[in-house]
Amino acid sequence: MAIKVLVAKPGLDGHDRGAKVVARALRDAGFEVIYTGIRLTPEQIAEAALQDDVQVVALSLLSGAHNTLFPKVVELLKAKGLNDVLVLGGGVIPDADIPGLKAAGIKEVFTPGTPTTAIVDCIKANVK
Amino acid sequence: MDIVEELLNHNKLALAKGITAVENEYDNAVEIMTKIYPRTGHAYVIGITGPPGAGKSTMTDKIAKEYSKRGFTVGIVAIDPTSPYSGGAILGDRIRMMDLTADEKIFVRSMATRGSLGGLSQKTGDAVKLMDAYGMDRIIVETVGVGQSEVDIVKTADTSMVVVIPGMGDDIQAIKAGILEIGDLFTINKADRDGTDKLNIEIEMMLELNPEYHGWRPPINRTIASKGIGIEAVVDSIEEHKKYLEESGKLAEIRKARTKSEVTAMLNDRVNRYIDEKVVNTKAFDEQIVKMQTREIEPYSVVDEIVAKVLK
Ligand code: B12
Ligand SMILES: Nc1nc2c(ncn2[C@@H]2O[C@H](COP(=O)(O)OP(=O)(O)OP(=O)(O)O)[C@@H](O)[C@H]2O)c(=O)[nH]1
Ligand SMILES: [Mg+2]
Repeated sequence: MAIKVLVAKPGLDGHDRGAKVVARALRDAGFEVIYTGIRLTPEQIAEAALQDDVQVVALSLLSGAHNTLFPKVVELLKAKGLNDVLVLGGGVIPDADIPGLKAAGIKEVFTPGTPTTAIVDCIKANVK
Repeated sequence: MDIVEELLNHNKLALAKGITAVENEYDNAVEIMTKIYPRTGHAYVIGITGPPGAGKSTMTDKIAKEYSKRGFTVGIVAIDPTSPYSGGAILGDRIRMMDLTADEKIFVRSMATRGSLGGLSQKTGDAVKLMDAYGMDRIIVETVGVGQSEVDIVKTADTSMVVVIPGMGDDIQAIKAGILEIGDLFTINKADRDGTDKLNIEIEMMLELNPEYHGWRPPINRTIASKGIGIEAVVDSIEEHKKYLEESGKLAEIRKARTKSEVTAMLNDRVNRYIDEKVVNTKAFDEQIVKMQTREIEPYSVVDEIVAKVLK
């Protein structure tokens, strides 16, 4: 059964190229991608994840606000009872921030230059 | 989680899980549908279709907000095509509806067509029923109107609205054949563009030439969905059509016909699966096919025999 992935950009960051590249690559790998666009609140993202019952939430940020926004999304997903959702992050994220994000529940973080096949493999390895 | 109990208790997560169960044909899907069926039949279903990019999602977003303002709860099923190459899909309708996540009275579900089109209309129908049982007053189904398959999906609706836009050139010719019959309402979106008056006249003429309409003449509304202009009139037209169907007794007729076609489709599906299992996928059947190649036997008696044996 097709794996459902929500691709979203929390916060005010308008860099959407990476998110779109990821969305297309995931579609081409056979996933059903719900692309939700830019300038979303963590609450909007978590609620959309609930209503579409996705297995994966993929967050993209290039603005530098990842340390607050990514963990906030994880927290809201949990509050809504979505405990099994795989949360991935990507974008311009300094290496030093990655351990903290992982501790906050972001399973994996992908920085510029990542081949999209690595993202596909990660999802396949972690969903069922 | 007891999906049925929780869904009837207004738990959104249960509604989401219930739709996934029917969408993925999980083992518990039939049980869920069996239990919720008695609680359905209250929602009024609106189908919205039209060419790609016409503004259907933008309009759906605005219509849902208008209904919410009027005190109604709203469910939305937004369908986008599956890529025939990868089997994946980008479901982009929700991008226009992100505000709706803040409204407790509204629930949006994205669905991919996933190839099997007969199956899709059944799954759409089941998703609609789950939202109905959950307590939605109005349910909107958005599909891209390009072919027969979408026309079938729109048949799950009580009122069907066709969205068109000016500047489509000859496209209007291409879509009019299939789409004319299903439109209870026509909406010219992007009325901020040139060609709106011309398109309006063209639709008027099409309607004029169609003898199908007695009692209800499809109204033609104009909207600029991106600015929310003209939406109230569209909602008024939907409600007028609903009233017309109710008062003329046509709603009961439509729903009876729909139940019949739904049950017929379920029966066909079941019989097909049964025949696949008992006949088509057997070695004996293969051997018969081989014998037909050398004309040792002919298919007509074989079919008679099989039907007599398997479907008695
Ligand atoms: C192109 C670009 C722009 C374009 C954006 C076009 C668009 N619609 O996307 C424009 C010119 C508009 C722009 C504007 C700005 N930009 Co700019 N921009 C870039 C640039 C050069 C490339 C980004 C890009 O598109 N890369 C290509 C895509 C495919 O790669 P990607 O996004 O990194 O995605 C890959 C991975 O990161 C990963 N990935 C990304 N997201 C996700 C999500 C998931 C879930 C997963 C699994 C993987 C994943 O997979 C992708 C494929 O490998 C970067 C510098 C850089 N080298 O990154 C700066 C950069 C991001 N921009 C920057 C800035 C500051 C701005 C502006 C604020 C500039 C200004 N002062 O006006 C504005 C703000 C725009 C806004 N509204 O938010 C800074 C951000 C600094 C920071 N983080 O602290 C950067 C890093 C440049 C810099 N070194 O200073 N920008
Ligand atoms: N000028 C103008 N643009 C509009 C109007 N309504 C919607 N749009 C824009 O048209 C584009 C497509 O809108 P959608 O609502 O996604 O259209 P859609 O019919 O749902 O598209 P698909 O689902 O992809 O077929 C968006 O950029 C909207 O902002 C309008 O009334 N006028
Ligand atoms: Mg749409």
